[in-house]
Amino acid sequence: MTSSDPVVSVRDLRKTYGNSTALDGVSFDIQRGETFALLGPNGAGKSTTIEILEGYRDRSGGEASVLGVDPAVGGLAWKARLGIVLQSTGESGNVTVREQLTHFAKMYPNPRDVDEVIASVGLVEKAGARIKSLSGGQRRRVDVALGIVGRPELLFLDEPTTGFDPEARRQFWELIDSLKREGTTILLTTHYLDEAAHLGDRAGIIADGRLIDIGRIDELGGAAARVPVVRWSVNGVAHEERTATPGAVVARLGEPDNLQVIRPSLEDIYLELVGAHA
Amino acid sequence: MNTIALGLDRARYETRVYFRQGDTIFFTFLFPIVMLTIFSVAFSGLGNVGTNPDGSGGISQAASYLPAMIAAGILLSGVQNLAVDIAMERGDGTLKRLGGTPLPVVSYFIGKLGQVLVTSIAQIALLILIARFAFNVELPTDAGRWLTFAWVYLLGIMTSAVLGIALSRIPRTGKSATAVIIPIVLVLQFISGVYLQFSLLPAWLQNVASAFPLKWMAQGMRAVFLPSNFDAVEQGGTWNLPGVAIALGIWLVVGLVAARFTFRWIRKDS
Repeated sequence: MTSSDPVVSVRDLRKTYGNSTALDGVSFDIQRGETFALLGPNGAGKSTTIEILEGYRDRSGGEASVLGVDPAVGGLAWKARLGIVLQSTGESGNVTVREQLTHFAKMYPNPRDVDEVIASVGLVEKAGARIKSLSGGQRRRVDVALGIVGRPELLFLDEPTTGFDPEARRQFWELIDSLKREGTTILLTTHYLDEAAHLGDRAGIIADGRLIDIGRIDELGGAAARVPVVRWSVNGVAHEERTATPGAVVARLGEPDNLQVIRPSLEDIYLELVGAHA
Repeated sequence: MNTIALGLDRARYETRVYFRQGDTIFFTFLFPIVMLTIFSVAFSGLGNVGTNPDGSGGISQAASYLPAMIAAGILLSGVQNLAVDIAMERGDGTLKRLGGTPLPVVSYFIGKLGQVLVTSIAQIALLILIARFAFNVELPTDAGRWLTFAWVYLLGIMTSAVLGIALSRIPRTGKSATAVIIPIVLVLQFISGVYLQFSLLPAWLQNVASAFPLKWMAQGMRAVFLPSNFDAVEQGGTWNLPGVAIALGIWLVVGLVAARFTFRWIRKDS
């Protein structure tokens, strides 16, 4: 593959379990160095998609290519180029943070320095602590550390910040920003739309196993979904108007009560897209 | 690192984790030692085993239980330890995580075998030391018997380890692992001459036990540690060491094939 080929390429991906359809024809590409966020409600097919690309599940139909390799047959050399942060943690954890990272680093041909990785996930003080003694958020950071210790070209992050407090999430975002600067390609699933907006270059929204929208984060939903809303009230009765020219509307209204101009957030657009689909 | 070096690193890692887990230390590592102590003390009032008609001679209860407990230790360190350990690793996501790394399956197996070997050698050394110094059991002095010990041990522990890997597929969840595996191992110990003297079991039960490896490990260890005239009460009136080698060899191959073809990092759906 050349550097201009997509790192991940998915065409008409399908997955069925018996009679139920988990994925019903999903297609997207992820370019080198790009962070792509996969959004969608629980059970929509996000994790199924990511686990097919990680090689954990077999697809029922369609094409998939990850780093130029079909993930259904990816070997050890292929896995050495991936970093995987699974959705759930929960290992016995009878080893220390440093022991675990040192051990995992040995599996990769060109690993990162273990102490640098520990520092980058903010666990320097906990480096000598058993993993089972850590809080949920700290364990999640160990998961992320294990995902990046092998210096992956492509990093899978499946709901990486669930259970983080706001400060830990900010720190995590900084870590991901630094990985992006190094050129790491990232596939992210998340429930937090502010996270997708902050980290993602592009996003796809999955609902009921179908990709209902895909594009740059600031273009999702199309122009219509981004039309601002002007809200005001007269004599206690609420009014609202959707308009591409909110300034003109406000000028016309003068000084009504509770005047607001609202630009739909990613969350508003997302809810509208998913709601319209359901 | 290559496959072997990674496997040895995993053996170090696994051994360290093993000794940090209180429950495996008790139920797998110390169990045969505790049982040897209990039997030796509890039955000491019954006098010696295998005495002459006039009550003289024979061997102490501790001496009679030592080979049985060594065989039990081999079974526990291999079968019980690995079957439960791997089933729990499958349940708690450890295997899924490893399956996403470039760790070769063979390195993972080497790590498990290394952990089994290190812990079981320590366990048997402790058993022999306690038998010798706490219960004054006389140990064999001729090299031939120790040579028998070495091959019966190695064949037994490798067979137990691969059978443990193969059996780890049976429990559906990590939580049910001990409930599924321990009864299998316990029944085998009762019918194979570990807790109950094998020669006292009915012939049909002896024949059932002969289909499984533990009976042969125990018999091989009796050949090492008991007086040579005790072979009179064995099946066929002989230690039948060639039979020990053949039975364990067959189970080793069965276990290897089953482990190789049934092991998966995760239960892959289709």
